[in-house]
Amino acid sequence: MGMSDSGKAEWLTTRVDNLANWARKNSLWPMPFGTACCGIELMSVLASRHDLARFGAEAIRFSPRQSDLLLVAGRISIKMMPVLTRIYEQMPEPKWIISMGACASTGGVFNTYSVIQGIDQFLPVDVYLPGCPPRPEAIIDGLIKIQQIISEDSLSHYKVDESSEAVAP
Amino acid sequence: MLPADQIRTVMHDQFQAGFLEVTEFRGMTTIHVKGKIVLETLRMLKSDPRFACNFLADLTAVDHLEKGGHARFSVVYHLLNQHDGLRIVLQAWVDEELPVLDSANELWRTADWQEREVYDLFGIRFTGHPDLRRILNPDDFKYHPLRKDYPLEGRGERSDFPVVARTVGSKWSDRGRTFE
Repeated sequence: MGMSDSGKAEWLTTRVDNLANWARKNSLWPMPFGTACCGIELMSVLASRHDLARFGAEAIRFSPRQSDLLLVAGRISIKMMPVLTRIYEQMPEPKWIISMGACASTGGVFNTYSVIQGIDQFLPVDVYLPGCPPRPEAIIDGLIKIQQIISEDSLSHYKVDESSEAVAP
Repeated sequence: MLPADQIRTVMHDQFQAGFLEVTEFRGMTTIHVKGKIVLETLRMLKSDPRFACNFLADLTAVDHLEKGGHARFSVVYHLLNQHDGLRIVLQAWVDEELPVLDSANELWRTADWQEREVYDLFGIRFTGHPDLRRILNPDDFKYHPLRKDYPLEGRGERSDFPVVARTVGSKWSDRGRTFE
């Protein structure tokens, strides 16, 4: 491929970018991490009425190793946070995170010792969905935002930082 | 079930110093005892035909830090007589300095997890319990969060996790994302 060591986008790279982004954004494989009522709303998005398959993201995988979109739906407790981190680390690159609902994004009404006040303190979230829980239309909108992020993507962004740690097994 | 004044007499005759009082609230009779005689009292309430409470409906605890009471903690046993449908409440009071009670596990096996929960959230230990570990909080959790002197928002446990950065180069995380 035309990916040079300098990390600069060349003619061939940009063409491959377009192809790769087109393929990726229309074939997202979500990993649902539903811990609360947002998970129920997520199910309805996947069902026939709202039909997430229209956006190519109907293949739900319950293994992080087969997915590229982490959908965190619900409040994350201090006991669940290490599990969530582990799941994120197991996902292969490239990967994206949607923080769905007030609880995952900010802790919501659960301002207590045991609830994480926003998963973005510890994980790189791409899209936040407001709502308690967000309506299916909002989830679809979030997915379209992820597709927008992917379409802006370039292979030259994937120059692995030498100093960073290897991905955990 | 005996009326409250008779329960008072029975308890006083049988346990003297360990017995504290009998109270009634909206038809619910509560026996208050000191923590050291809790197992004897429970055994009596289970085997004595006048009570015959064969079922431990609930086991929990209350922190009376600001409310006041016979001691700081009371462990509350809700007992049920399933033959007559009668209920009685036993409150065992324990101090902050030595929050230790005898386990009710030998009388009712359901006390196992209930006592683990009380231990986890209040730090009250139960001697004779087969496996007294935390049941809800993580194993390395340091405090007992339902104690009234534990702050609601915790002591920083919820923000004490490693931060995972994006694993692909810095360009990825630095670029701004704008949506119209």
